[in-house]
Amino acid sequence: MPKKRVLMSGNEAVATALRQINPDVFPAFPITPSTEIPQYFSNYVSNGLVDTEFITVESEHSSMSAAIGASAAGARALTATSSAGLAFMWEVLGVAASHRLPVALCAVCRALTGPLNINCDHSDTMGAKDSGWIQLYAENNQEAYDNMVMAFNIAENKDVMLPIMICQDGFITSHAVNNMELLDDLTVKEFVGEYEADHYLLNPDETFAVGPYAVSDYYMESRKAQAHAMENAKQVILDVAKDFEKISGRKYGLIEEYQMEDAEYAVVIIGSAAGTTKDAIDKMRANGDKVGLVKIRSFRPFPGKEIATALKGCKAVAVMDRSESFSTNGGPVGAETMQAMYSEKCDALTINIMYGIGGRDVRVEDMMNVYETLKDIAAKGETGDVYRYMGLRDKEAK
Amino acid sequence: MANSDITKLGQDVAWQDVTRGNTIVGCGTTKHFVTGDWTNVAPVVDEEKCKQCLLCVPVCPDSAIPVKDYKRQAIDYDHCKGCGICVKACPFGALKMEVK
Repeated sequence: MPKKRVLMSGNEAVATALRQINPDVFPAFPITPSTEIPQYFSNYVSNGLVDTEFITVESEHSSMSAAIGASAAGARALTATSSAGLAFMWEVLGVAASHRLPVALCAVCRALTGPLNINCDHSDTMGAKDSGWIQLYAENNQEAYDNMVMAFNIAENKDVMLPIMICQDGFITSHAVNNMELLDDLTVKEFVGEYEADHYLLNPDETFAVGPYAVSDYYMESRKAQAHAMENAKQVILDVAKDFEKISGRKYGLIEEYQMEDAEYAVVIIGSAAGTTKDAIDKMRANGDKVGLVKIRSFRPFPGKEIATALKGCKAVAVMDRSESFSTNGGPVGAETMQAMYSEKCDALTINIMYGIGGRDVRVEDMMNVYETLKDIAAKGETGDVYRYMGLRDKEAK
Repeated sequence: MANSDITKLGQDVAWQDVTRGNTIVGCGTTKHFVTGDWTNVAPVVDEEKCKQCLLCVPVCPDSAIPVKDYKRQAIDYDHCKGCGICVKACPFGALKMEVK
């Protein structure tokens, strides 16, 4: 398995994976910070490196609609977007999922307007968390690339057949150039293989209808079947990761546990700030602090049991949210993690911290402070405010 | 229905057996979907007044007025939704709406 060390941004890494996959149809509409993905890809099209039908459409609603149409026709299709573009796709995201079409979306996470902001924040993809899409989040460029290579094998599995969102953090991952490892073209090509739909609209030998009206006699069974496919995705994500390890040597799960074996204080986080947190852990472990991290790779399906099991034995936990949900009760990662902890009888004192909103910087010292706060909470034996902000200018800050 | 999986979308089919994404293999399957019970009124033909002009046929949005050998056949009450457009279109007053 020949490998190549390269310097690449997250966007170029994902675009490179797409070149190696050589998908059938790529409808695209540009939006910062995802624009580079279709931009790099259009070069591959112009230079004859791929056979893909590249369609420049007039909006994100159209790019997703075209991907859905192409997928229903029997093609392997995908698009890319961020922020407002993802919001504009909202209606058709659910269509892709409920029609059970294995479309892929390269999502580069950026704050939703408003106020207008182009920086890293998870409010776009968290807004789409209940659309029926699988969501995998990357910590860095390498993971964004690896997740993209694995995407279609998960989505197109016959037990799954659901669309998949490959999420990376805007600018922090998408634009920062990192040292990483590429697989060679042939290895990726053989790993991903060809998409063969069992039923598709361009089949001359079979008539086929996609998207018929489902009255209340049918809708509920259809939704349950879709939810079941998402449950199946859990095992398929693990199976595909195992196959991927054979060609890459890199291991992936639904979550990643870092220094969790004897951890008393843990952070639960998604995306690039996991790397920052690992640095904080390394520093604090050197001083004997029993700190650890649970990084969520798969947010949909949500590995609630796995997260809660990893957190069992912790004295205090901070669940980090990079998007404000305005529930007045915390963010989406906090809500779902705490629900899972409750169900699994994991009784660690737990807080939910809003951080990095709209691209607010997250430093190693910030994450060390989080662990210091957790030590404090454990010492006092009470959580205090469960719903908190980090890095906020606040006149009432304690 | 030969070569179709439409039976997997019946009212007695459990979620485990419904077609993936409610898709349907096979064509012409809508005729198996009875919608006539959506209405409590429906047109009734006065055969003596009907001149077989067929003007009611093309205006029916549900293709519920069949034609055979250039003759209007009995209204298909399994698919007539009772919109009453045929009654308006009839120049001879041969159609009128009645409560079912």
